[in-house]
Amino acid sequence: MRDITLGQFVAGNSIVHRLDPRTKIGIMLAYIVMIFLVKDMWFFAIPLAFLIMGLLLSHISIRYIGRSLKPIRVLMVFMFLLNLIFTKGETVLWDLGFWQLTLEAILRSVFLIIRIILLVAGASMLTLTTSPIALTDGIEKLFSPLKVFRFPAHELAMMMTIALRFIPTLMDESEKIRNAQMARGADFESGNVFRRVKSMIPILIPLFVSSFRKADELAIAMESRCYHGGDGRTRMHQLRFRLPDLFAALITLAFLCALILILILFK
Amino acid sequence: MSIVIDHLTFAYTEGGKRLEPTLRDLTFTIEEGAFLGIIGHTGSGKSTFVQHLNGLLASEKGMVLVDGHDVSVKAERRKARELVGMVFQYPEYQLFAETVFEDVAFGPRNLKLDESDVKTRTEEAMKLVGLELERFSSRSPFELSGGERRRAAIAGVLAMRPKYLVLDEPMAGLDPKGRESILALLESLRRDTNCTIIMISHSMDDIARHATNVLVLDHGAVSMYDTPERVFARGEELQRLGLSVPTVTQVCMEMNRLGVPIPTGICTRDAFIRWFTEERAHA
Repeated sequence: MRDITLGQFVAGNSIVHRLDPRTKIGIMLAYIVMIFLVKDMWFFAIPLAFLIMGLLLSHISIRYIGRSLKPIRVLMVFMFLLNLIFTKGETVLWDLGFWQLTLEAILRSVFLIIRIILLVAGASMLTLTTSPIALTDGIEKLFSPLKVFRFPAHELAMMMTIALRFIPTLMDESEKIRNAQMARGADFESGNVFRRVKSMIPILIPLFVSSFRKADELAIAMESRCYHGGDGRTRMHQLRFRLPDLFAALITLAFLCALILILILFK
Repeated sequence: MSIVIDHLTFAYTEGGKRLEPTLRDLTFTIEEGAFLGIIGHTGSGKSTFVQHLNGLLASEKGMVLVDGHDVSVKAERRKARELVGMVFQYPEYQLFAETVFEDVAFGPRNLKLDESDVKTRTEEAMKLVGLELERFSSRSPFELSGGERRRAAIAGVLAMRPKYLVLDEPMAGLDPKGRESILALLESLRRDTNCTIIMISHSMDDIARHATNVLVLDHGAVSMYDTPERVFARGEELQRLGLSVPTVTQVCMEMNRLGVPIPTGICTRDAFIRWFTEERAHA
């Protein structure tokens, strides 16, 4: 359990790492729009070029992208087969009588797989280059205009930050409690599913109790330092748009326009 | 019978990489009936070491034999866990059951004893730590005071009737009264059941007063392993390792510096009074 790392942030100091999180979220959204505008496989070249540019600028190893694709490989195989079987087409390559393999079905399946890969790779670019804290800060800022409608942007961001902060602590704690119960002869490894679930109770209850205690202590610690929510609160690290953010936004816009232009021309 | 530690070396791994060894080539024997105090500064490997005594951590180099059972062998680990009771830091955070009785009975139940044995052992353990049966057995462990909770958690370990009892800073965060009651409990355990005690502590006074042997760990290696008198006689060395000496030893060292001839190795109040009365009789 010790080895689970949350998020996949890789610390770095590249130009991409230093961009404002809001810019990066914006770029992500533009990139997703690009991918969904593409209706013909070959035009994926443009978002792909954009992704590769980001990858080169961020000095992130391609291996990390591969790692982020790993959890969805079953899903990808499933989608590929499903589309292969159920897409109707005219150019029959192989006839089995009850079912035909068509060229259109193959193209459609490959198209969808490329789309998924590009989407996940792009999304992981955001989490690879942005620390969870910066990300929540960015989300808070982006949602703050909604405060007019009483949307609790600051509270949500604070909750996310605290949750992220406590994951390693709780992992540590559960390891300790597990050891202590094992020293009292508890057995977590044998027996059927029901027995095993039941054997988790001596870990889960102390973990819950200590979480509540920690939450209580944290609340008191925050209040004693006069925390009262987001109103009028200033930040240690101000988010600021700088020149690179402007450039990044302009480049993204250029890619988006180029794609739209090409799509119109080749229709 | 004894616990034999033979060339024990251990390194944690992080992300598949071996870190600097936490324990380096430990070799010594813990005799039955001893009260071993383990001291060492933070990160010297004390807690890592004691987790090897019942196989919670497995060494890839070296061996730990508890009464001849190799704890790194899975089949023998169960036996070792019966022999070695382990009280972790802040043990009260492992309490989980609805009543104190049920919580203390958790260990004996895991030993697959029948219900009457479970009851005897649980009641015996609660009596040992001074929690009266009528008052505590049906109360929730979460409504006890801090000191009571700690004693309930220790009872949970004692109910397994361990031959060796390992305690990792059992007095941390307790008030003086709570500390004294834990130390008195350990003394009576040793006297009445001949239980071997292995205790990690930062309180040199407590170690000097109760331990029969002291193990000093420094960067995962044995720096000293001797009686408290001989270990604390090397006060200056201990201070170089970032450790302190018992209050009495401090006073003796200071008196020595001022020119009063006083033998080294006096580390308890009683020993000091003995020396002082003898000295006065001579004069």
